[in-house]
Formats: sequence, structure tokens, C-alpha cells
Amino acid sequence: MTEANRRLTTAASPAWAFMARKHGGTRADWTDWVTYGYLLLGTAVMLVPVLWVVISSFKSEGNLTQFPPTLWPEAIESLEVKGYNRPLPLFKVTREDGSVVTLAQVRRVGIEAQMVVPEHPEAGLVVVPVERTQAIRKFYIATENYTKLLDSAGGQIWSSIYNSVFIALVATLITLVMNSMAAFALSKYRFAGSNFALLAILATLMVPPTVVLVPIYLIVSELGLVNNLWGVILPVISTPTGVFLLRQYMLTIPDELLEAARMDHASEWRIFWRVVLPLSTPALAVVGIFSIMSRWNEFLLPLIVLNKPEVYTLQIALAGYTDENGIVYGMLLAMTTLTALPLALVFIFLQRYITTGIASTGIK
Amino acid sequence: MNAASRLNDKLVRFLWSVASLPARGMEPVMAGLQRALGVGRLPWVFLLPNLTIIAMFSALPVLINILYSITGSDNLYPGDRHFVGLSNYETLLSCESYLDPSTCSRDLFWRAVRNTLVFVPIQVTVMVAFALGTALALNRKIRARGFFRGIFFFPVMLSPVVVAMTWVWLLQRDGALNGMIGAIGFDRVSWLTDSARAFKWSIFVTVWAHMGFYMIILLAGLQSIPADIYEAAKMDRATPWRVFRRITLPLLKPVLLVVFILAVIRSVQTFDEIYILTGGGPGSATKLIVHYIYETGFAVMPRNYGLAAAASLLLGLVLFIFTAIQMRLSKGGRND
Amino acid sequence: MGSLTIKNLNKSFGKVEVIRNANLEIEDGEFVVFVGPSGCGKSTLLRLIAGLEEVTSGDIHIDGQSVVRTAAADRGVAMVFQSYALYPHMSVRENLTFGLENIRMKKDEIDRRVDHVAKLLQIDPLLERKPRQLSGGQRQRVAIGRAITRDPKIFLFDEPLSNLDAELRVRMRLEISKLHDHLGNTMIYVTHDQIEAMTMADRIVVLRAGVIEQVGAPLDLYNRPCNKFVAGFIGSPRMNFIQSRIVSLTNTEFGLESGGLGTLTLQREGRDLQVGQEVSFGVRPEHLELVEETLGSWSLTVDVIEQHGSNTYLHCGLPGQHQSGELLLHLPGQSAQRQGDSLFLRPIQEHWHIFDMNEQRVQPEGNLT
Repeated sequence: MTEANRRLTTAASPAWAFMARKHGGTRADWTDWVTYGYLLLGTAVMLVPVLWVVISSFKSEGNLTQFPPTLWPEAIESLEVKGYNRPLPLFKVTREDGSVVTLAQVRRVGIEAQMVVPEHPEAGLVVVPVERTQAIRKFYIATENYTKLLDSAGGQIWSSIYNSVFIALVATLITLVMNSMAAFALSKYRFAGSNFALLAILATLMVPPTVVLVPIYLIVSELGLVNNLWGVILPVISTPTGVFLLRQYMLTIPDELLEAARMDHASEWRIFWRVVLPLSTPALAVVGIFSIMSRWNEFLLPLIVLNKPEVYTLQIALAGYTDENGIVYGMLLAMTTLTALPLALVFIFLQRYITTGIASTGIK
Repeated sequence: MNAASRLNDKLVRFLWSVASLPARGMEPVMAGLQRALGVGRLPWVFLLPNLTIIAMFSALPVLINILYSITGSDNLYPGDRHFVGLSNYETLLSCESYLDPSTCSRDLFWRAVRNTLVFVPIQVTVMVAFALGTALALNRKIRARGFFRGIFFFPVMLSPVVVAMTWVWLLQRDGALNGMIGAIGFDRVSWLTDSARAFKWSIFVTVWAHMGFYMIILLAGLQSIPADIYEAAKMDRATPWRVFRRITLPLLKPVLLVVFILAVIRSVQTFDEIYILTGGGPGSATKLIVHYIYETGFAVMPRNYGLAAAASLLLGLVLFIFTAIQMRLSKGGRND
Repeated sequence: MGSLTIKNLNKSFGKVEVIRNANLEIEDGEFVVFVGPSGCGKSTLLRLIAGLEEVTSGDIHIDGQSVVRTAAADRGVAMVFQSYALYPHMSVRENLTFGLENIRMKKDEIDRRVDHVAKLLQIDPLLERKPRQLSGGQRQRVAIGRAITRDPKIFLFDEPLSNLDAELRVRMRLEISKLHDHLGNTMIYVTHDQIEAMTMADRIVVLRAGVIEQVGAPLDLYNRPCNKFVAGFIGSPRMNFIQSRIVSLTNTEFGLESGGLGTLTLQREGRDLQVGQEVSFGVRPEHLELVEETLGSWSLTVDVIEQHGSNTYLHCGLPGQHQSGELLLHLPGQSAQRQGDSLFLRPIQEHWHIFDMNEQRVQPEGNLT
């Protein structure tokens, strides 16, 4: 097997040689082929659905209702024809004698299409069975999906965007400050009850919001925060994993630095703000990114707390998206793409932070 | 220091000076507190915001939930409710035969429980298996590992709404999947309107969305196994399967266990994706326990907060057990 | 000005006593070194003076005022930490100004102090750099500079040279000594290296297991160690200790039998001894002289010879079953002995010590030697 492999890999094109060369030698092992096969298949499975949504979001309504769906966004060629006030779609029609001619369709009635000759519309309608017509298609990107979405409904999507951004940013800011304060107290001080406090914070992991939905709604409404963005921000603003991560990181800051700062007449708050926090930026970055991620993607809590369209977050708006005329798929897909876009960008630029952050929570 | 990092530095300094303004304002307050309370008690001031939120939004709700679960009526305010003892629990748990939800007084609850009991083991097993497989693949010396890792992790970043929308679009009657199988000559299939198929797709979609997260953890675990152990195994002429079974798996066991528990805890709470993908349907074929709680407390009229609370507490108990196991496991392997 | 008094100081961490009943007086302007083996409490004592640890009982006075209840920052001391404790995210200049800004000093006064210190320690070209861009020696100077800007009464150094390589250490020793001459402040310096102690100190405080064993000028400790521990700790290479017994006694002389080495007759010099007393005889390697083979000397065989170029060290085995270890002999220059040679040695007059079974030195009259 190896002889054949060697001949295959070296005699064949450089691409094969490239692929085969990595496994610590010049021979390609069957496990490597399996590995690459799996990875490529997995890539397809992971990427294709998302790419499909993005591509579909650029299809015009007509294109979207087609079955089977076309691969690329297309539209039917159309032409301005004298005597008709809108452009008519063009079709290739096969006549009984086998010749193919281009006609413009006026309307379709059942299995018959009423066509005119584009150059001579005055010649009258030609009726052709639908099965002998084939639309002439061209590549067409329906940016109107996006433009209509962003203009429509009195700027409602903009208010959803604003709400989501507000929640994500404000919640993250407050979470970072609160969590780092708690982590500072728990990592740099030895005091009676520190273990209790740490356990109390970690214990909240056992009380996921899904389990206390109704009481949280009660409390939020007692605070007068129903239909208020703060009603979504406050309940989950203290994240135990965030405190934990920050605490682990702060433990590595040498205590001598704090002692030197104390001898430098710095108050404890000053030490926190000017010595410990600046030195914790890697951990802060991880906690911040995770916070933005989870706040942007949040669904159940906002669903319960925000009941008026003007306070909907983007996720809620997306889930309940209908136009006055029912679901308009083009805009729905455009909205889906837009909702996913910010975090996709965050991911592309900040992948390193995210993966190291997750790896360290697992190893905790 | 190149230009990019100098710019980065300036940016960080700027952000910091902006963020410092409120901090500087806080300083006299905090310094005063420090004088008043002494350095020994100051940590509690730092902990105060966190503990307040926890008390208000974690501890208090549990107590209120308990209160709800032992009271009746469709009133939201505990003060307006009347004490009913354990009858909510009795209602939930009373079944002639536990194997047949239709004999239960709250058949919807039991259907949800049964769905969850079927969903979780399958979903977690499939997901962790794929996560492990992918981590193993990525752990090898392959090119573009970072790229592949990003691809497999990427769906984790998508919100549950986006995930569900994506798959609804693919799976609907006129969707791309039917288009593809149509191209090879098969008939269109209703993927989401058939109970069994909808259930399988629920599993698939949630695995698709979350597998990357656990893959990252497992990959980190695999990478912590020193490379020379594998080299020794190679010198010992071990086949790949044997290496996996006798070396990789045992050394990975602690991480694998943690991953399993985390996955179970999350899986039991699945709601968002399936709610949008199938709405719990067809019928109640894909309605899981959290959906039942949501419905009972927020959708059904009249609202039955008592039942919702009782169901949540039971769910919370199960989760508590699993979380306790997880903490016990991770403490065992950690030196603090 | 900068005087320090420690009275009956005790420090325990839980049940573990780390400092036992310490008493010490340091005068303004002195350079005092705390020295001792690892775990002896020297760093803890320093930190108690600094205020970074709280005393369990006892008092500390700086310039006659008790400071045990004063915060560390307000005691008028400045500390140079072992790992320098420079703020990594701040530039050198910011490291120097941080403490002064905290007490709201006027900007021009701050600048004046920073410039003065920068010139003094030759770190002015480094002011805008971050600590990670500096070498070990440079970081050390910044740490010292930070202490100087605070204009303290007392400087506290916690093993400042232990993170530097040998050559740099020698240079920095000199620089710190010169700095002391220049500034004139009281300086308390902690180290485990007795060479640093000997070369830098006005007075040395030797600690062992939380107890101050002896305090004195370096040569005092070298010549008149009060117990076996100090005798063995100070002076490198270590003093030789030989188990011996007093076999005869007159008013002026006594006979010392040292197992297989035989008996020597030595000057009593008023020491309080008894016949039959078991003692430990201490003599430094450089205080043994080669003699012709006559009675009244020790006979030894050379085991290993170390030629250092300017000195020779001869390791000689001690004969006899119950004598383990060796005798180390120091000879100036490059001596011609070879392995296996027989040597005859005698301790040099007035340069040996007798330690009783409590490890205390038996003092000669007048404590002259």
C-alpha cells in the first residue's frame, strides 16, 4: 500500500504532494486521508447552510418562490415593451416546428402563457403552453431586500438594532466592572467569609434563568422594568464564569505590586483601578467578548420582558418577523444575515480570545 | 514596537482615560469607605454589586418559585395567592402509568419530560462524539488547522434565532434540501412536519450549533497530552485504534467527563432553537421541558404560575445534581 | 532622623512563631544588614518594620515614635522589593511618579525629584521605557529610584541582588554602598549572602529561626562570634569544627584531645573550662599553620587539593572512626602539596574558639580574641 501511495503522491500533481506531505513524513497515511475527508465534509456541513442563507438573501422575491431553488441569485431578463407599462419578462419559447424564439410574457393563465413578440407587440398575443417556455435568466443581486428592510416599517429595524446594541454594550460594560471588582476582592484579599462569597457566586451557576423565569418576571415587573431594556440587562449582569475567569487571572498578579502601591500611598480603589485592572486586560477581553456574544444572542429573557415592538431586540424582531402582507422571505433572510453579521465579524477578528477563553473554562 | 501595536497602545490608553473618569469620581467615595471600614472589611464593598444582583435575581427568585409552587391561582403576586400545599406537585406528578403520558393529569408535562429524556442522551452523545472526532482530527499535524477550527466553531457564535431560521429555510418544503434531493430524483419530503423527522432534525440542528464549543474544550485537553507519549506509542508499533483506546481516551477522561456534564446541563435546558425551528411541534413532538415551563407560565391562558414553578423546581433539582457532580469532578482534578 | 528601635517583637503566623522576642537598636545613618539562612525570619522582620505585616506583640519605634499602628505608607520608610515590584504597564517615569501623585504633590516638585533621581542613578535615558524593556540591573536601579523619590527616613532592601547574575551583583553591591555614602540615610538590607553582609554593613544582625543570634560590626562577628551558629555562618569558607575533649587543665594552659588527631596544648586565657568537658573546637581554614613534625601538632593526610590560583585549599581527612568530615586548610599562593601527602598543622595562636555543648562560645578573659 505504501509503495503505491508513494508513487501516487510523488508522481502526481504537486497538490497531492502538498496534501500528503504533512504527517511527519513524505508518505500519506490512510488516517490522513480520512482526516482531511472528514474535515472537508464538516466544513461543507458547517458553512453551506449559512452561506445559503446569505446567498438567498440576495434573491428577489420571485426567485425565492421558485422550486427547485436556484443556486445563484437570479432574475428573469426583462424588457421594456411598447404599450405595456412595466418591463415584461423574456422567455425562450420552443415552437411546434422546433425553432426557438425569444418572446415577452404578458401574463400566465394556468398552463398557458400569453406572450408577445418584443419587437412587434402590436402583432398581438401569442398563446404558448407553459411547458415549452423557459425563462431567460441573468445573475441578479436583489439589494432591494436590504434597502427595503433598512427603510421599512418606520425604522423599526433600526430601533431593534439600537436596542440590541444598547443591551450588549451597556450590559458588558457593567458586567466587566462588577465582575472585576468581585474578582479583585476574592483574589487579593484574605478575609472571613471570602469562601462563602465565592461559593455563593458559583452557586448561581446552578440557578439558570430558565428555571426561575416566572419569579424573574415578577421581580422585573415590581421594579417597573417590564418593556424596559434595563429589565433585560440587570437580571443576568453578574456572571459567575466571568468572576471565576477574572479571579484566576488576578491571582497571577504578584502581591508585591499591591504592596508597593500601598507603600506608594495608593488607596485600595486606586490600586484596583490603576494597577490590577490594567494588568488584567487579557482576561477582561475574554469576559467582554463572551458577554457581548451572549447578550447579542439572548432570546428567552427578552422574549418575556419586552412585549412592545419598539423595545424588541433584533433577535425577537427576527423571530416574529412579518410584514403587513405576511412573511416576506427576502427581507427575512436579509434580516437574518444582518443579525448574524456583527458577531461573525467579532469572531473573525477576535477568534483567538474566544477559543482560549473557552479552553480555560473547560480546564477549570 | 511596530506601528500597529503603537496605535493599539494609544487606543487602549485613550479608552482607559475615558473609562477612568467615573472611576476617579468614585475614588473619594471608596477612599472614605476604606477609612471608615478598614482594609479588612473593604472587600465586601467590592463584592456588594455582585452579591446584590445575585440576591435579587438568583436567590430571591428561587424562594419565590418555591412560594409559587405551593400556592394556586393565576395571580402573579404571591400575596394574592392562596396556599395549596403540595397539590401542584401532585398534579404534575400524578399519572396512572408513567410510561404513557396520556394517562397523566398533566399529559403535556409528561410528554415534555419524555421528549427531554429521549432528546438529551441522544443529543449529548452525538454531539460529544462529533466534538471528540473533530478535536482528534484537528489535533493532528494538518495544515490550516486554525482555519478548520474556526469553521467548526463558527456556528456557536450564531444566535439561536439565526440558527433556527437558517435551518427552517433549508428544510422547508420548498427549501434547498428538497431541491437537492429532487435533483437526484427523489420526491420532496416534509422534514419538519413529521414528528419523527422533526425530532431528528432538532437533534441535528442543536448538535450543529453547539458542537464547536465542546470541540474547543476537548482540543485543549488533547493538546495537553505530551507529544512524546504518542511517539513512544509509535515506537511500540501501536495501531491508531489502540493508541486511541489505551492512551488518548484514558488521558482525556477528566476533560471528557466535564464536557459531558456541561453538555447535559445545557441540553436539558434547550429551548430557543427548537422553539423557532418547530414551535414544539408537530403537536408536541419536539416540546421539551423548558418550553413547557415557558408555555405554562407565559403563553397559556389562564396562566398557571404554580405548575410552572413546580416544574421549574423539579428541573432545577435535576440540574443541581448534575452541576454538583461537575463541581466535584473538576475540584478533584484541580490544585487550588 | 531615621533611628529605629525594636522592643520585644514577636510575630506568629497562626501557631507558627516566626520572630521571637526581637530587640534591636539602629542609629540614624547606619547601614544594617539582616542575614541568616532561608526561613530565619529576616524578610519577615523587614516587613514588620515596613508595616506590610502586623506585629503579634511588641513595639517598633521610628525616631522615638511608635509606628506599630501606623499604615505602611505613613511610616516614613521606603521598600525595594526582591522582585522590584515595578508596575509593568507604566513607564519608568510613571513608576517613579505614581506614589508622589497619590499624595498630591505639586507637579514641579515631582518633576524635580524624578530628574534628580534619574541623574543620580543614571536612568534618565530610560524614563519613557517600560520595565520589560529594561535589563535586570536597570530595573533594580528604577526600583531604588522609586524609593529615593519618596525621601524616606529609612530605606528597606529585601534581597535586592538575588535576581542578578554574579558579576552584576558585585557591581551593584558597590553602587549601593556608594549610594549610602552619598545619601546618608539609614538603610536596612536583607540578604542570605554573608559576603554581601560582610562587605556592605556597618553592623550585621544574624538571625536563626526567628531569633537574633548576634548583632555587631562585621569584623566583630568574624573575630568574636558568640556561638557556633554565627561562627559557622560568617566567613567563607566555613570554620572547621572538631569534636574535642578537655583532658588536662592548669591555670594557663589546657590539653585538648581531638580524637584521632591527638592532643594539643593551648593557652587557656582565662576560659572557664573543666576537665573531661566535651567541647567543639572551631578554627578557620586560614588560621591553621603548617609546622615541622613535632609534638603538639595534628597529623593529617591530604585528600583533595583545590588550586584557585591565588589560594590553595587542602581538604584533609580526619582520622579515626568517630570523626567524620574533613578539615579544610587554606594556604596563600600555589602550594606544592600533592594528594596523599602528610601534613602537620597547628591552629594559630589566639585565632581559634572553644564552643561548649550548648554551642555557646567560651569567652576568653577580656574577650580580646
